[in-house]
Amino acid sequence: MNIAVCVKRVPLSGGRWVLNADSTDIDTESSFLGFTLSPHEECAAEAAVQLVEANGGSSTVISLGVAESAEQIRDLLAVGIDRGVVVETDGTEWDPQATAAALTEQVRAGVPDAGAFDLVLLGTEAADTADYQVGIRMAHALGWPVVTNVKGLTISDGVARCERAVGSHREVYEVALPAVITVKDGINIPRYPSVPGRIKARKKPIDTVAGEHPAPRLEKVRLELPEVEERSATVLGTGADAVPALVDVFRQIGVI
Amino acid sequence: MIVVYADHDLGILDPLSLQAVTAAKALDADVQVLVVGADGRSTADELGAHGATVVHLAVHDALTDYTPLAAARAAQQLVTELSPQAVISAGTPRGNEVLAHLGALLDAPMSADTVSITLSASGDHEVVRNRWGGNLLETAIVHAPVLLATIAPHTVTAVESPESVTMREFTPALDPIDTAVRVIDRTGGGGGGIGLADARVIVSGGRGVGSAEGFESLDQLAELLGGAVGCSRVVTSAGWRPHSEQVGQTGTKVAPDLYIACGISGATQHIAGCRSAKTIIAINTDKDAPIMGFAHYAVIGDLHSVMPALVEATRAAKG
Ligand SMILES: Cc1cc2nc3c(=O)[nH]c(=O)nc-3n(C[C@H](O)[C@H](O)[C@H](O)COP(=O)(O)OP(=O)(O)OC[C@H]3O[C@@H](n4cnc5c(N)ncnc54)[C@H](O)[C@@H]3O)c2cc1C
Ligand SMILES: Nc1ncnc2c1ncn2[C@@H]1O[C@H](COP(=O)(O)O)[C@@H](O)[C@H]1O
Repeated sequence: MNIAVCVKRVPLSGGRWVLNADSTDIDTESSFLGFTLSPHEECAAEAAVQLVEANGGSSTVISLGVAESAEQIRDLLAVGIDRGVVVETDGTEWDPQATAAALTEQVRAGVPDAGAFDLVLLGTEAADTADYQVGIRMAHALGWPVVTNVKGLTISDGVARCERAVGSHREVYEVALPAVITVKDGINIPRYPSVPGRIKARKKPIDTVAGEHPAPRLEKVRLELPEVEERSATVLGTGADAVPALVDVFRQIGVI
Repeated sequence: MIVVYADHDLGILDPLSLQAVTAAKALDADVQVLVVGADGRSTADELGAHGATVVHLAVHDALTDYTPLAAARAAQQLVTELSPQAVISAGTPRGNEVLAHLGALLDAPMSADTVSITLSASGDHEVVRNRWGGNLLETAIVHAPVLLATIAPHTVTAVESPESVTMREFTPALDPIDTAVRVIDRTGGGGGGIGLADARVIVSGGRGVGSAEGFESLDQLAELLGGAVGCSRVVTSAGWRPHSEQVGQTGTKVAPDLYIACGISGATQHIAGCRSAKTIIAINTDKDAPIMGFAHYAVIGDLHSVMPALVEATRAAKG
C-alpha cells in the first residue's frame, strides 16, 4: 500500500500573536516559538507509518510551502515516513483550491518505481486557515471517495473502515481504496523521533518541485487580532495557604 | 435569495443550523432551507419559526442516513434551479463537509468558519473568518457568483422570525457514487460520567500534573464539584489521559461556569478551547505563565500541594 500524507508548515505562537506592519501576515520574527504542524497532520503521518508497518508499502509526505517545509518533513522521516516532496512556493499563501490542485498533481505522479498511491491522508482542517476542504477537493479531482473527521481507522482487503466521533457515539463509514481520508487529533498518539530515527532520516529523499500559483479565489486581504478582554488574574495567594480563598470563590460562583 | 443547508441527525436539527438561518436572514428576507433525508421532515416547523420561507426536502430511496456527497448533489441542484446569492450552513463537521463538496462540484471557493458576510452583486463577496481557532480574524474576498460559507458556531444568536413556511419535496438525481460514502452503522454512546462539553465545572490538568497518577486529586475535585476532568494536549500525547478529555483547538471546545487550569501554561491553542468559561482559575508555579492573562483568579504554587488540600477543604465545606 502506497500512502501519501499532506502536511502544512505553520508558525507556533506561545501566548499571543503579533501581526506584521501591514497586517497581512503573522510577524514570525517577534511572536513565534518556531514552526510546527497541526496535531491532526502529525496523527495522519503516524497512521501512515502504522499502516505501512502492518501492510507493507511506502509512505510519502507532501507539503506545499516554503523550502524550509523540508524541516517538518524531516521530522516525519525520523518517525518512519519514507520520503518527502516539497511543492515550493515563494511564501505567498495559496487558497484551498490552488493547494488541492497542486497536491493532487503530486498524488497523480505516484511513487517512483513503486506505482500509484492507494490512500491519501490529510488533517481535517489546517492549523492556521482551517478551511476544512483541501482533502475533499483532492478527492473530487482524483475521482476517489473521501471520509472526513476520522478518529478510528482500520484497513483490510482494500476496504477502509472509518469511525467518526459525534457527541458521545461514533458513526461508521466504509470505503474501498483508493480513497482520501482526513483524520483528527486523537486517532492515535504520534511517536517521538528517536536518535536512530533521526540518523536514518538524513538519508531519506526529499524532492522539491516548483509550484505554479494561480490567482486566488478565496483571497486574503488582511488579518486582525480579535478584541479580547485584557485580564490580569487576581492572585488569591501562594501554595496551599490560598485554599480557603479558593473555597470562597467556589461559594461565590455557586459551585458548592 | 439565500439557501441554507440544515444539518440534522435523524430528524433532530442541530441548533447551530438555526444560527445559520438567522445569519442568512440578515442578508436576505428570502431564506430557503435544504433538508436532506425523509426523516428531516420534522425540522420544518422549527425552521419556519426562524424565518425559512421554503423547506426543500430531498427524499431518495438511497438516503437512509447522513450521506455527504448526496447532500451536496442536492444542494447543487437547488443552486441551478434557484440561482441563490449564497449557500450557507452551520460550521459543524457536517456543514463544513457538505459545503466543501458543493465547492468542489461547482468549482467554487468556500469560506469556512465565517463570522461576517457582505454580499456583492459583482461576485466579489467580503467575508471575515476565523483563523487559528478564533485567535486571529481574516478579512477575505471570495471571488464567485454564489458565495459558499459556513458560519462559525455561536457568533450569531438564533432569533425567531416566523414565516408561513412551504414544504417542497423533491428527488435529487443521484449516481451510485454519490451515496458510496454514508453512515452505515453507529457504535458506542452511553458512557458514564458527565461529558466534557456539557460539564458546568471542569478541572483540567497540563504538563505540570506530571503523570497519570498525578490526576488523582483532579479526579477527586471534579467528583466533589459534580464536574468533569479535562487536560491539555501534552497530557494526551503522554498517554496520561484519553483524547476525549483534551480541551483546545484540536480537542473539545468547552464553556463551563468554572474552569480550573492546573499546571497548564495557556498556549493560544489551549485557550481556543476554554476561553468561553465564565470563571477561570489557574494554579501554576509560574506567576508569568500566559494563562494569567486569561484567568480571573490564580494561585501561585505547586499543584501537588494545593490540590490535595483543596480537595479536603472542599469536602469539608460541602459538609
Ligand atoms: C495547531 C495546534 C493545535 C493544538 N491544539 C491543542 C489543543 O487542542 N489543546 C492543547 O492543550 N494544546 C494544543 N496544542 C499544543 C499547545 O500549543 C501547547 O503545546 C499545549 O497546550 C501545552 O500544554 P501544557 O500547558 O500542559 O504544557 P506546558 O506549556 O509545558 O505548560 C506547563 C505549565 O505547568 C506549570 N507547572 C509545571 N509544574 C507545575 C507544578 N508542579 N504545579 C503547578 N504548575 C506547574 C508550568 O509553569 C507551565 O506553565 C496545539 C498546538 C498546535 C500547533
Ligand atoms: N500547503 C499545504 N501543504 C500540504 N498539505 C496541506 C496544505 N494545506 C492544507 N493541507 C492539508 O489539507 C488539510 C486541510 O486543510 P484546509 O482545508 O486548508 O483546512 C490539512 O490538515 C493538511 O493535511
